[in-house]
Amino acid sequence: MSFLDYFLGTRKKTASVAKDRLKLILAHERSDGTPDFLPALQAELMAVISKYIPVEKEQISVHMERRGDFEVLELNVLFPDQR
Amino acid sequence: MAQTIVVTSGKGGVGKTTTSAAFASGLALRGHRTVVIDFDVGLRNLDLVMGCERRVVYDFINVIHGEARLQQALIRDRTLDNLYILPTSQTRDKEALSAEGVARVMAELQQEFDYIVCDSPAGIETGALRALYHADAAIVVTNPEVSSVRDSDRILGILAARSKRAEEGREPVQEHLLLTRYSPKRVQEGEMLSLEDVKELLRVPLLGVIPESPVILQASNQGIPAIHMKGSDVAQAYEDTVARFLGEERPLRFVQQEKSSFFKRLFGG
Ligand SMILES: Nc1ncnc2c1ncn2[C@@H]1O[C@H](COP(=O)(O)OP(=O)(O)OP(=O)(O)O)[C@@H](O)[C@H]1O
Ligand SMILES: [Mg+2]
Repeated sequence: MSFLDYFLGTRKKTASVAKDRLKLILAHERSDGTPDFLPALQAELMAVISKYIPVEKEQISVHMERRGDFEVLELNVLFPDQR
Repeated sequence: MAQTIVVTSGKGGVGKTTTSAAFASGLALRGHRTVVIDFDVGLRNLDLVMGCERRVVYDFINVIHGEARLQQALIRDRTLDNLYILPTSQTRDKEALSAEGVARVMAELQQEFDYIVCDSPAGIETGALRALYHADAAIVVTNPEVSSVRDSDRILGILAARSKRAEEGREPVQEHLLLTRYSPKRVQEGEMLSLEDVKELLRVPLLGVIPESPVILQASNQGIPAIHMKGSDVAQAYEDTVARFLGEERPLRFVQQEKSSFFKRLFGG
């Protein structure tokens, strides 16, 4: 920070530093752990998919993860060999 | 059927007991039969803030252990005859608050009162969990300061996961943010998180803002709930808070810095 910044009042106020730090920490702490609805979502997706495609439970995986500012829901279905 | 309100925060010393006393008194002033319970086992303070410490004979823990009946432990407020205080024990450990015992006392109070206000201890241990378990509504007391905001966020997560309503899959606990020890002057100077900042961070509807005020100490010195400090900013702010809780619209007060007049500034008023 320059001498001039100080006198022009462009120094970042401590309250806005606090806010920025809190934004980060709250976003991080809220994303800890898997959301409660994940098992239920997994079961329901399983039911819908198996209505159309014969798959085993092990062939479906549902994940939720945070990437930067996004939350990504990842659904993987492994199709059985169609012979 | 009574409505149960927990006053909670995670962080210690933010104003839960001050708020519990003022808020419960405010509900009683509005004519509602109200009881306020101290859940802070071992660090009993509510009786002091309510000014009834010398009348404590039996307490919450005695009732839970079957050593006294509820009627023997309830203390009638000094000024409001529809307000009762259920003090806690000064000595016993937190494990004394058994889940079944608390449930039994709550069920009995439900029959007698319109509102049950639970003053939670700090932290996220047994005492705090017991205090929030039966809640229909929560007043999350927060200071405009980093650790308080973070702890409020923690406690909001716990309310959503560990309350009886959450366990039974009923409507979630109604959440209210109460910002206390607010100093508009310091906000103006960029030294304190503003109420907009805290609202944006916690994403909970704002129930009220209680300014930082020397009146709080004058009130607790005398054992008078702050809402009785006639004409003071904190009394009016707590009155507004109670009114909003009961569904009235009230504009926020005491959130702007008072413009000091030229003379005041000149003579240091
Ligand atoms: N609006 C206010 N202005 C000035 N001082 C306040 C205000 N609110 C509370 N205080 C002071 O802050 C201190 C802590 O208040 P209080 O005991 O109500 O907090 P608490 O959250 O119940 O604490 P604990 O977590 O220990 O139970 C007390 O000394 C009280 O007088
Ligand atoms: Mg307290």
